[in-house]
Amino acid sequence: MAGAAIEFEGVSKWFGNHQVLTDIDLAIVPGEVVVVCGPSGSGKSTLIRCVNGLEPFQRGDLVVLGDSLASAGVRMPALRTRVGMVFQSFNLFPHMTVLENITLAPVRVRGLSATEAEKTARTLLERVRIPDKAGNYPANLSGGQQQRVAIARALAMQPKIMLFDEPTSALDPEMINEVLDVMTDLAKEGMTMMVVTHEMGFARRVAHRVVFMDAGRVVEEAKPEAFFAAPKSDRAKDFLSKILSH
Amino acid sequence: MSYQFKWSVLWSGQSGGWLLQGVATTLAISGLAWILAVGLGILAGAARTVPWRPLRLAGTFYVEFFRNVPLLVWMFFWYFGVPPLLPRGVQDWLFNHSAEFWAGMFALGVYHGARMSEVIRSGINSIPRTQFEASVAMGLTTFQAYRLIIVPIALRLIVPPATNESLNLLKNSSVALTISVAELTFQTRQVETYTAKAIEALTAGTLIYLVLCVSIAWIMARVERRFAIPGLIARGG
Repeated sequence: MAGAAIEFEGVSKWFGNHQVLTDIDLAIVPGEVVVVCGPSGSGKSTLIRCVNGLEPFQRGDLVVLGDSLASAGVRMPALRTRVGMVFQSFNLFPHMTVLENITLAPVRVRGLSATEAEKTARTLLERVRIPDKAGNYPANLSGGQQQRVAIARALAMQPKIMLFDEPTSALDPEMINEVLDVMTDLAKEGMTMMVVTHEMGFARRVAHRVVFMDAGRVVEEAKPEAFFAAPKSDRAKDFLSKILSH
Repeated sequence: MSYQFKWSVLWSGQSGGWLLQGVATTLAISGLAWILAVGLGILAGAARTVPWRPLRLAGTFYVEFFRNVPLLVWMFFWYFGVPPLLPRGVQDWLFNHSAEFWAGMFALGVYHGARMSEVIRSGINSIPRTQFEASVAMGLTTFQAYRLIIVPIALRLIVPPATNESLNLLKNSSVALTISVAELTFQTRQVETYTAKAIEALTAGTLIYLVLCVSIAWIMARVERRFAIPGLIARGG
């Protein structure tokens, strides 16, 4: 698709003999919010991790912001500055304060001055609603706060795309919303987002499209209203009945 | 008991000067060797964990080669073996500038570097892989990820075993007396030879090593507390 921010073209991936992604074709346009869901082991995390090159793939091509990842010459560090990622386990650097976590890449990779980077970092902390935690170490923050710092850290590089790999799965229930709220704001601002999540409420309210995966394939993709009201495949029906039943 | 203790032999005549000079040499050779060992240890320890096989192999080769030969053999190797391979001018210069000191320092440094690298590698291996992924995901190169994130965290985690290794290095510097480096053990024996007071001389040597090692352990304990990662357990004191 012309103008796609992310385009999978027949991507296949194996771990040894085990095929984990099979002929994935998927295009995501700028500003689009796509939620990827599916049972555990369906390949959804692997899929999203291919986008910033954390997982290599063996067949097909993946074009991210115009760069083909299958071609030999692509410089991953440069591409990754334009693709932010938020992990399930937050992955803040424990030996650095919140502020140092956020300013590290802008200073070391973008070459910003410490003052500039700090100014941006403080603005971002306002945006994720924890302006008073700049001097804290990650260990002294709640899970929800850590994840919001992780989002601010990714945004500090001013990425064009944000990847979220189960961002709320490690959180206590009462902290899930504070993270989803920040993500909703981001979606409203027009960020291109690919979100692996089990938060179907978020998918319903925020996503432009839901992609359902099973056994390494994209089984179904649809607008959220259509997907939740009337999933076409049996596997999606089965999946939804299991996660929406309580 | 017919032995007559005479502790004053330790400070009368030249003894005091010898012992002090011995302490200075021990600290100098150990200090320089420690810097070399930590440097090599970080390089080799990190090399063995990177996602690039040739570098891993190089690290493994260094570690297995240098830690599996006795330190004494390394001392002889660097002192008797290496200089003849060097150009005549360099040889002359070396033997006018305490060749034994530099050979001993090198032997200590590369031997303990190999051992130190295993300590550092175990530190790196205890860091979740996701920390590395988070580092490169924001655009850091692999080298930057190691320099800014992985190695700094690993170094904070390995202070206790690194202290062990550092104390071993200091004590092993006594092996350098075999290539006539005038370090503390060498000077202790010199005092003994000149005064015929073995117990006094060796007691002095023993106590000095004890004081040096306890001081280092104390300093390292402070370093450990100062650089402890907030939220991790084991912050005694």
